[in-house]
Amino acid sequence: MASERMTVAAAMVKALQAEGIKVAFGYPGAAICPFYDELLKSDIRHILVRHEANGGHAANGYARITGKPAVCIATSGPGATNLITAIATAYMDSIPMVIITGQVNSEQIGRDVFQEADITGAAEPFVKHSYLVKNPNDVAVVFKNAFYIAGTGRPGPVLIDMPFDIQKMEIDFEYPDSVEIRSYKPSVEGNKLQVKRAVAAIEKSKKPLICAGGGIFTAGAQGSLSKFATIADIPVVNTMMGMSSMPADSPLFYGMIGMHGVSAANYAINHCDLLILLGARVGDRAVTAVNRLDGTTVIHIDVDPAEIGKNLAATIPVVGDVKNILNQLIALCENYDHYDWRKELDEVKATQDKPIVPAAPGFVNPKEFIRHLSAKLPAKTVVVADVGQNQIWTCNNIALKSGRFMTSGGMGTMGYSVPAAVGAKLADEENEVIAICGDGSFQMQFMELATMMQHGVGVKVIVMTNNRLGMVREVQTNAYGNRLTAVFLDGSPDFIKLAEAYSIPAQRVDDISKADKAIDDMLAAKGCYLLEVRVEEDQKTIL
Amino acid sequence: MKHTISILVENHAGVLARVAGLFARRGFNIDSLAVGVTDDPKISRITIVADGNEYTLEQIEKQLNKLIDVIKVRHFEQSELLSRELVLIKVACQPAQRPELISIAEIAQAKISDITVNTMTLELSDSEPRLKTFEELLRPYGIKEVVRTGTIAMQKGGVSMKL
Ligand SMILES: Cc1ncc(C[n+]2csc(CCOP(=O)(O)OP(=O)(O)O)c2C)c(N)n1
Repeated sequence: MASERMTVAAAMVKALQAEGIKVAFGYPGAAICPFYDELLKSDIRHILVRHEANGGHAANGYARITGKPAVCIATSGPGATNLITAIATAYMDSIPMVIITGQVNSEQIGRDVFQEADITGAAEPFVKHSYLVKNPNDVAVVFKNAFYIAGTGRPGPVLIDMPFDIQKMEIDFEYPDSVEIRSYKPSVEGNKLQVKRAVAAIEKSKKPLICAGGGIFTAGAQGSLSKFATIADIPVVNTMMGMSSMPADSPLFYGMIGMHGVSAANYAINHCDLLILLGARVGDRAVTAVNRLDGTTVIHIDVDPAEIGKNLAATIPVVGDVKNILNQLIALCENYDHYDWRKELDEVKATQDKPIVPAAPGFVNPKEFIRHLSAKLPAKTVVVADVGQNQIWTCNNIALKSGRFMTSGGMGTMGYSVPAAVGAKLADEENEVIAICGDGSFQMQFMELATMMQHGVGVKVIVMTNNRLGMVREVQTNAYGNRLTAVFLDGSPDFIKLAEAYSIPAQRVDDISKADKAIDDMLAAKGCYLLEVRVEEDQKTIL
Repeated sequence: MKHTISILVENHAGVLARVAGLFARRGFNIDSLAVGVTDDPKISRITIVADGNEYTLEQIEKQLNKLIDVIKVRHFEQSELLSRELVLIKVACQPAQRPELISIAEIAQAKISDITVNTMTLELSDSEPRLKTFEELLRPYGIKEVVRTGTIAMQKGGVSMKL
C-alpha cells in the first residue's frame, strides 16, 4: 500500500476503517472536532449517546457480541473523565475497546488550559495500555498497535489521547499490515507437558468440576466447553461472567457459584476433588472462602499468567487461549464416567429451589417473573443484567439455552445494562436484546432511551421497581439492624409516562397473571419497549 | 525479604510512571529505584529493590510483565549480584580537620569531590551497608547534606541480561 497525504484526523478514520469498524459510540466537543469532521465523510455509523460513560458501556456491549475491539469517543477534559467508569468497567471484565479522546493542543499540555485533563494519567490503573500522541507520524502505528493490544491475549481497553493540533497536521499515511511489539507476545498454545499433567489429573479424579468464567467468551470457546464437558463427563458451574457459556438445559450444568450463587454450584465447588478453572480469576465474590479449596487439585487455565496463583494456588497452571487448550484436552481425554458424582450434585440441585412465595396484591415475585420471561425468550436472546438485586434474581432464574448473558461482573457498575444493550443490539440486530435493571440503576441511564429512539435501536428494557436501592437496603437490613438510610427512591417518575415521553410503548406488570401477556407484547414489539415490574420493597435476593 | 528486580523497558515517556504506579497500586513497597539508559538508547534499565514475600515477588514479576512497555523482568538473589549505590556527603571540615577526613576517604576508597574553607564533599560508590558505615564515620564531623542514588545491580560472572 502506497502512502497518501492527509490530515491526522483523516488518518484516524482510515485506521478505523482498516480495522473494520462499522459503528462508533461517542459524544463530541471542540477538542475532537477535527476527527468528527472526517468521521462525517466516512461510512462509519456514529451513535450519539447521552453521556460519555454510556458510550463506553455501549462499546463494551458491542465488543462482547462481536468479540472484537469496539470504539468509543469523547472530547478532552470532562468528556474524557466522564469515560473513566466505563473504562474501568471494561478493564475489570477484560473487554476489548479502543477509546479515542481529544486533548488540548500539544504545546499547551501541562498548563491547565481550558478542558485539559491528564486522561492517560487518570486512566492508567484501568487500561491495558494507553497512548498520548505527540508526533503526528506515529498515528498509524499507534492505531494498529492499539487494536492489536486491545483484542489479543487477555483483552482490555486501550486509550488513545489525540491533541487538537496533532489531529489537524498533515502526514504521509500508510496503515501497517503487521504489528511488531517486541515486549508483547501473548501465549496462545498451552504448554504440552502441562496439558498432559492436566489430563493425568482428570483421569485420576473421581469428582472433577469445571468452573467456566468470562474467558470462555473471550476465546469463543463455548462449543469446546460443551464438547469437553460431555466427553469427559464433567459437571460445569460458572462464575457470573461465565453465565451462558454453557447451555442452561445441559444435564451437566449446575448454575452459578459464589456469594449470590445457587446451592448446587457452591456444593460442587466445595466437594470436588479436582477443580478445572477456565478463564476465571476466582474473584472474592465468586469463591468466598478460598481456604475451603485446600487439598483440592486445581487446574487453572487462563490466557493471563498473572491470574494464575493470584487468588488461588494452582496445582497445574496452563497458560494460553482457553479454546486451544480445551481442544488439546478434548484430543487427549477419554469418555470418562462420573455418574455417582453427578447423582450427588443432582440431589442437592433437586432441593435447592424453594417454592415461590406469591407476592402481595399489586406486586410480582421477581424470581417468578424471570422464570416466566426465561420460558418465553426466543433462541439467541441477549440478556443484559444491571447491578443489584435485579441482577441476582436474573442470574439465578434465567436459563439461557442459547444466546448470551452479560453484566458488569468485576466492577458492578450501576447503569451498565441499557447502554450495553444498545451496543449489543447494534452488533446483533437480528436477535432480541433485553436490559434488566432496578429503578435505581434505571435512573442512572434512562437518558439512553433517547439514543435508542434516535438511532432506531430496538432494545427492550425491564425495570424492576421496588422504590429502593434494593441491594443496599438488603445489606442494611441484614448487617445494620435494619436501619435504612439513603435507599429510598421516593420522587422517582412514573416510568410508564416517562417511556411515553420518549414515544416508547410500555406497560406495568403488577400481578404475575399479567406477566405472560406483557412479555408477549414486549417481544412482539418491533422497536423499543419498556416493562415495569412492580416488586415488593422487602424481597430478598437469596431464596 | 528484600528483592532486587531488574527491568528492561522501552525508553518511552511515561514508562517510569507506569512501573512506579503499578508498585503503588498493588501495594508493593519500593525501597529504592534507579533508572538509566542502556547501551541500546531505545532501552532503559530500571533497578528496583522491593520488600515482600514469595507471593508478592511472583505477583510483581507477573504484573510488570503485563505492562506493554516492559521488555524483560529478572529477579536476582542477593548473592548473585554486584550492587552499588552512589552517595555524596557534604561534611563540615575546618582546615585543621582535613588530614583526618582525607585518611577516612582513603580507607573507604571514597573520592573528595569538592572542598571549601569549611566543608568537604566526599563521594563513594559501594554496597548499601558500606555506605552506611561510611556515613557513620563522617557523622561526628557534622554532616551538612547527604544525597544518595538508588541501587543499581548486575549479575556477577559472564552472563548478562539482554533481550
Ligand atoms: C455506580 C454505582 N453506584 C453505587 C453502587 C452500589 N450499589 C450496588 S447495588 C445498589 C442498589 C441498586 O438499586 P436498584 O438499581 O434499584 O436495583 P435493586 O437492587 O433494587 O434491584 C447500589 C447503590 C454501584 N454498584 N454502582
